[in-house]
Amino acid sequence: MSKKVHVQTNINGEAVDFLCEPRNSLLEVLRDELDLTGAKEGCNNGNCGACNVVMDGRLVNSCCVLGVEADGCEITTIEGIGAAANLHPLQQKFLEHAALQCGICTPGFIVSAKALLDSNPNPSEDEVRYWLAGNLCRCTGYDKIVRAVLDARNGA
Amino acid sequence: MHAFDYATPESVADAVVMLSDPGKNACVLAGGTDLIVQLRENRRRTDLVVDVKKIAELNALSCDAATGLTIGAAVPCYRIYGDGQIAAAYPGLMDAARLVGGTGIQGRASLGGNLCNASPAGDTIPPMIVLGGEAEIAGPDGTRKVAVEDFCTAPGRTVLADGEFLVSLHFPAPAPNSGAYYRRFIPRNEMDIAVVGVGASVVLSGDKSSFVSARIAVGAVAPTPLFVSAAGEALAGEPVSDETIQRAADIARDAARPISDMRGTAEYRKHLTSVLTRRVVQGAVQRAKE
Ligand SMILES: Cc1cc2nc3c(=O)[nH]c(=O)nc-3n(C[C@H](O)[C@H](O)[C@H](O)COP(=O)(O)OP(=O)(O)OC[C@H]3O[C@@H](n4cnc5c(N)ncnc54)[C@H](O)[C@@H]3O)c2cc1C
Ligand code: FES
Ligand code: FES
Repeated sequence: MSKKVHVQTNINGEAVDFLCEPRNSLLEVLRDELDLTGAKEGCNNGNCGACNVVMDGRLVNSCCVLGVEADGCEITTIEGIGAAANLHPLQQKFLEHAALQCGICTPGFIVSAKALLDSNPNPSEDEVRYWLAGNLCRCTGYDKIVRAVLDARNGA
Repeated sequence: MHAFDYATPESVADAVVMLSDPGKNACVLAGGTDLIVQLRENRRRTDLVVDVKKIAELNALSCDAATGLTIGAAVPCYRIYGDGQIAAAYPGLMDAARLVGGTGIQGRASLGGNLCNASPAGDTIPPMIVLGGEAEIAGPDGTRKVAVEDFCTAPGRTVLADGEFLVSLHFPAPAPNSGAYYRRFIPRNEMDIAVVGVGASVVLSGDKSSFVSARIAVGAVAPTPLFVSAAGEALAGEPVSDETIQRAADIARDAARPISDMRGTAEYRKHLTSVLTRRVVQGAVQRAKE
């Protein structure tokens, strides 16, 4: 086992320090060290987007980032988007459009869709589909998800 | 994942020292979209991960009408296509930068990592070859330059010697009346590994009726991305026509040495090489005319 490294980050607006081994992915740190279990482990190899978070303004697959790489970075996870009593418009639209079934892909979709709307408030359907190409859903199918995102445009 | 140490050198010289340590089996980390998965799946072992993203030269991105384009080896795809000037001047490179993985992967994945990973199907490699890309390498004996078409030597292997790493990629300024294009064939719309990929760049005569020169490179049909110089040479001096373009496509097809695997048989890949080469040269011509 190699020595643990002290990492300083800002997560969802709060300064967060943690210790991790270099081999720990950011996803492992979020879930296992920091108890932020909203980001999911689907594939652990970059293909499904269930682990997506925003790091210094860019959407990333947190399973393909080392925890130590997050030193000095600002991170937004699903926990930083909306609250039970005050849903983000995307979350509201996912409910209205029934854009989830088991829900394991949903945090990744919301984080990814929010990153899209933050950079492009009025995307076309094609732009939504391409942007979300790295998010996989095994149960809902994509039409409801895409419609929910389109319906959240400008409202977000 | 097995345990390893992690370092973030801030200069090329410091990175060379770390990578040259004979007691350590060190490896370079750029975006990590290949490396982290390979380490996790035990396809690769290392004692020390050298993260090169804190080195200024590896993050450089500059474009100049006279001297051309320099891309630091660790610059992620989104920064490249996000730069309007670069996107307009090098559309052939954008075709590939926009299709590596999904949005999250493009937030990290670099052209340098794509090249150093040396997959026969690496999507950015054929367009870098046809654009005359040059790799700047640093190592214990100083720096050297290698043409991108000579960089990969076998699947997963490159010309990089012990202690060497890729610093940047350089592309000459586009010639007048030139155009480039990259396309791959995959059975899905996005997020897949190329069954065949083809890049082409062309320079046309002032009246756009004939080829002055052309470069064609193919991916996923040989142990490395393949520069098919004969295909481009067959176009030089010839009129822009379906016949001349088909001749180049036939040469590219004959140069392909594909294997059969779950993505397609060798015969299918050869056929695709011809079809894609024709379409990609036509696409490059179209861009040269715009
Ligand atoms: C879900 C998913 C989808 C993908 N889709 C595609 C795709 O469509 N097309 C495609 O071509 N690839 C694809 N890839 C593969 C990968 O994203 C690309 O190859 C990417 O460009 C690698 O860049 P990186 O910066 O992440 O490299 P890293 O993973 O950091 O490094 C890759 C390799 O190169 C070495 N290396 C990196 N930088 C240097 C350097 N400066 N000097 C020396 N060695 C170096 C590393 O040690 C490692 O061996 C995909 C990967 C995933 C996980
Ligand atoms: S768990 Fe990270 S992309 Fe699937
Ligand atoms: S709702 Fe189950 S995977 Fe998407």
